[in-house]
Amino acid sequence: MEEYKKIKEARRKWEEKTVDKVISRFPERKEIFVTGSDIPVDRAYSPESFDEERWLDEVGFPGEYPFTRGVQPTMYRGRFWTMRQYAGFGTAEESNRRYKYLLEQGQTGLSVAFDLPTQIGYDSDDAMSVGEVGKVGVAIDTLKDMEILFEGIPLDKVSTSMTINAPASVLLAMYIVVGEKQGVSRDQLRGTIQNDILKEYIARGTYIFPPEPSMRLITNIFEFCSKEVPKWNTISISGYHIREAGSTAVQEVAFTIADGMEYVKTAVRAGLDVDQFADRLSFFFNAHNDLLEEVAKYRAARRIWATLMKEKFLAKSSKSMMLRFHTQTGGSTLTAQQPDNNIVRVAIQTLAAVLGGTQSLHTNSRDEALALPTEDSVRIALRTQQIVAHESGVANTVDPLAGSYYVEALTSRIYNEAMDYIEKIEEMGGMVKAIEKGYIQKEIQDAAYRYQKDVEKGDRIVVGVNKFTIKEEAPRDLLKVDPALRDLQVKKLARTKAERDNEAVKKALKALEDAAAKPDVNLMPLIIDAVREYASLGEICNILREVYGEYKESIVL
Amino acid sequence: MSKRKLRILIAKPGLDGHDRGAKYVARALKDEGYEVIYTGIRQTPESIVRTALQEDVDFVGLSLLSGAHNELFPRIVDLLRENDAADIIVFGGGVIPEEDIPFLKEKGVRAVFTPGTPIQEIVDFIESKRDERNQ
Amino acid sequence: MTELARDIIGGKIRAIARGISLVENNIKGREELIDALFPHTGKAQVWGITGPPGAGKSTLADLLISCERDRGRKVAVVAVDPSSPFTGGALLGDRLRMQSHAEDDGVFIRSMASRGHLGGVSGATLDAVKVLDAAGFDTIIVETIGVGQTEVDIIELTDLVLLVLVPGMGDEIQAMKAGVMEIGDIFVINKSDKEGAEKLRTEVEYVLGFKYAGEKEKMNPVCLVSAKMKKGLDHLRNEMERLYGQLEESGELREKRKERIRKELLRIFSLKIHELLDRKMDFYNNVGEWAEMIYNKDVKPYHFINERLRFFLKKESE
Ligand SMILES: Nc1nc2c(ncn2[C@@H]2O[C@H](COP(=O)(O)OP(=O)(O)OP(=O)(O)O)[C@@H](O)[C@H]2O)c(=O)[nH]1
Ligand SMILES: [Mg+2]
Repeated sequence: MEEYKKIKEARRKWEEKTVDKVISRFPERKEIFVTGSDIPVDRAYSPESFDEERWLDEVGFPGEYPFTRGVQPTMYRGRFWTMRQYAGFGTAEESNRRYKYLLEQGQTGLSVAFDLPTQIGYDSDDAMSVGEVGKVGVAIDTLKDMEILFEGIPLDKVSTSMTINAPASVLLAMYIVVGEKQGVSRDQLRGTIQNDILKEYIARGTYIFPPEPSMRLITNIFEFCSKEVPKWNTISISGYHIREAGSTAVQEVAFTIADGMEYVKTAVRAGLDVDQFADRLSFFFNAHNDLLEEVAKYRAARRIWATLMKEKFLAKSSKSMMLRFHTQTGGSTLTAQQPDNNIVRVAIQTLAAVLGGTQSLHTNSRDEALALPTEDSVRIALRTQQIVAHESGVANTVDPLAGSYYVEALTSRIYNEAMDYIEKIEEMGGMVKAIEKGYIQKEIQDAAYRYQKDVEKGDRIVVGVNKFTIKEEAPRDLLKVDPALRDLQVKKLARTKAERDNEAVKKALKALEDAAAKPDVNLMPLIIDAVREYASLGEICNILREVYGEYKESIVL
Repeated sequence: MSKRKLRILIAKPGLDGHDRGAKYVARALKDEGYEVIYTGIRQTPESIVRTALQEDVDFVGLSLLSGAHNELFPRIVDLLRENDAADIIVFGGGVIPEEDIPFLKEKGVRAVFTPGTPIQEIVDFIESKRDERNQ
Repeated sequence: MTELARDIIGGKIRAIARGISLVENNIKGREELIDALFPHTGKAQVWGITGPPGAGKSTLADLLISCERDRGRKVAVVAVDPSSPFTGGALLGDRLRMQSHAEDDGVFIRSMASRGHLGGVSGATLDAVKVLDAAGFDTIIVETIGVGQTEVDIIELTDLVLLVLVPGMGDEIQAMKAGVMEIGDIFVINKSDKEGAEKLRTEVEYVLGFKYAGEKEKMNPVCLVSAKMKKGLDHLRNEMERLYGQLEESGELREKRKERIRKELLRIFSLKIHELLDRKMDFYNNVGEWAEMIYNKDVKPYHFINERLRFFLKKESE
């Protein structure tokens, strides 16, 4: 206490004497300094900015509640984070080749990107799919494609993350059946499905059904996996896309965790015990350029989740309170101008994620703002992680920035502001209600608009875009997806449909349709039966569309 | 006489849900004094063209990030032409590699704005076409 | 008749759209166009949808379009959103909720900005409705911007007005008694999936009960609807049909439409006289000087005005 008084006094003197004198002759660059998310930043931080008496409650030690400093006591001293590059494009054959290449290069987990028709539950031959087949990921119509995708990759040896949401249960079902055919039992499968529909309504747009049936599908997966596929991460609650849509760091944390709470509530309502599924929930965050703000963001997120799980949901197992997360460097921070600069941005973001204690990381490739990344740029991105891991030294101690007055102050600030949001959302009746009202979308859009205006006015500098620009040659050698791919995929689908047992397909789909209308049946086993008979993704989703209807976005501008 | 109000349709063809850019442009153009109509995501070329016709817009701005622009943008230009509306000026934006731009222009997309384009550049483009629209 | 008018009557989309722009921009040819189209108007039912911001007007319009299409009727919608008073720009968002009809040939949706016009619609809405009427649409729906107290134009514009209210407006209903409650032919309590809908219905009926004390059968229908859950629509649609039939039978519709023309005449005559005044007296160029004179007390205001008018009228008749 005495100590703080002295420091406070010293600080006052410093400001009056030393600082004022300098400022009167050399004014600072700006009147106010703010973080990437508009949080005001002081000139310098000192011990009194962070109340050290709360240290044990709010910061503590790694691997212990409230997990501000990390979910494991040893973190990267035990094992590095999983380096996991998101990849997939074109046909299953091409993607399969890319996966094998990445595994040979030392990547430790697979991450599958699907094309948009797959993500929205349309087959490649659907009219809605024109122009989109194989564009942003691999096209999957039936189990056949999935068999090809993982051909020669033993599913008991890799962990696979699949970016799939609305039709997550269908893709998971296909993965399970591919495992069956390889002789790998369900309890050996490791991986993650994104399965986070709420952020699709908020930010990413690949929804199919309205919230209620969507939440039911998700709960079905929780329940099924807790019994049958225990090592599977059943959801990756994603702030990544919320941030990409233009949110602030605080909003990213707040809205993602509010989404998480909604899933927990729904599952509990459906009769599941918190500790039965909560340890399988994982998170997915963005990494932007404001290094220290990002580190504080991850730390605050962990503390919020732990607090809520313990105090609100009365979880008993400490595993249920741990926020484990995957990180991807921020796609929207990449510039099409001077693309090599992106390598540097990604390096900073990598540091942010690692200093923030991520469990796995995808680093973007420098050319991602332009097109699909080439093999060369994917390798540089992976090497960036390897350099941070092996050369930078930041992985040698756990949570190295703890105790930085600035980082601790920011962590508290983000914690408080995010909690305010979460409270407000709770008052509205939870996340589904807040989304239907358009509240969340509006908050994000306003932040995005402000940010963009700042860039346009030059109040925020983006190197190579609104300052330090040069005349550039158009980049060459970008990877392109062959437009003829759709025909290929359509033919493959037609062949599969001709070869399968169509009576069995019909029966399986009928059984699914009947079950879908009954609220207390778990649909997972029925979906597995249908995909095993090579029912297509589109056929399955269309059945569900008929029963559940489609979601219409409530747009706010 | 004040200038005639120009009407602009901002549309998202294709399946990608990344509407940050489209919404920004819609809102910024409103702030610049234009009357703006925004379609929402996942619009087919047919519905975009019908909307453009019914709303009697001067411009159609297309935003697409999935890479399907080479298929979808020209389709929209063609459909406008088939409906006797070749005069409506089409421009595009989103993740569009520089090397695709000549092809799109040849197909009748009058301008392509890649990420990072200041809104003023779009405004300048619109204003430079005002006389053409007033004919 | 111009080619444009012919094409509008022929139902060509581009022509209809251009016709509306022409009346909206008030450019040369507007009067001729309306005169040419006028003989072909009067066949459509014109409905108004009004109510506070976010009440679900557009969502309801979307469903009414479907209802009409199911009956094989062609529908047009004019949806008005406010223009920014600062920039004059507008983001026209109503259409979004009806976009699923975009590919239907029998549906025409047009967004309009209010362009500074008060009253919940735009200055050209009435003429836009005429264009759509002449183009052969069976039903025309006009959606206003969110109403406060003064936006009563919609009554003069349409045959049948739906006033959309939602639960949770609290004391607003009190305030509404005065003005807005006069507007609706049918009171739609939307968002009945939410709490408080029944209570609101009771309140509305209570207020209406005062207005129609002793003449219960004349009381406006109050319909509970959830546009989101698609509930209560059949009932609403039946009430609309019943009321419309009544209006037709009783001759009230005819009177309404005549009244609409009377108001329009008054408005247009005033406008034209105003223009004339300006043209003949060069009003806007002189008004500054006149104000100066009055300010300096060189002249007395009414005396001066009457003097000027007499001078102007004499000059006219010479
Ligand atoms: N819960 C519920 N929400 C509804 C209902 N009808 C509409 N909404 C929602 O209310 C919001 C506003 O709906 P709109 O149809 O745009 O309302 P509006 O009256 O046209 O709004 P403005 O034109 O902006 O004045 C949307 O998010 C709708 O989804 C309903 O019956 N129940
Ligand atoms: Mg509306």
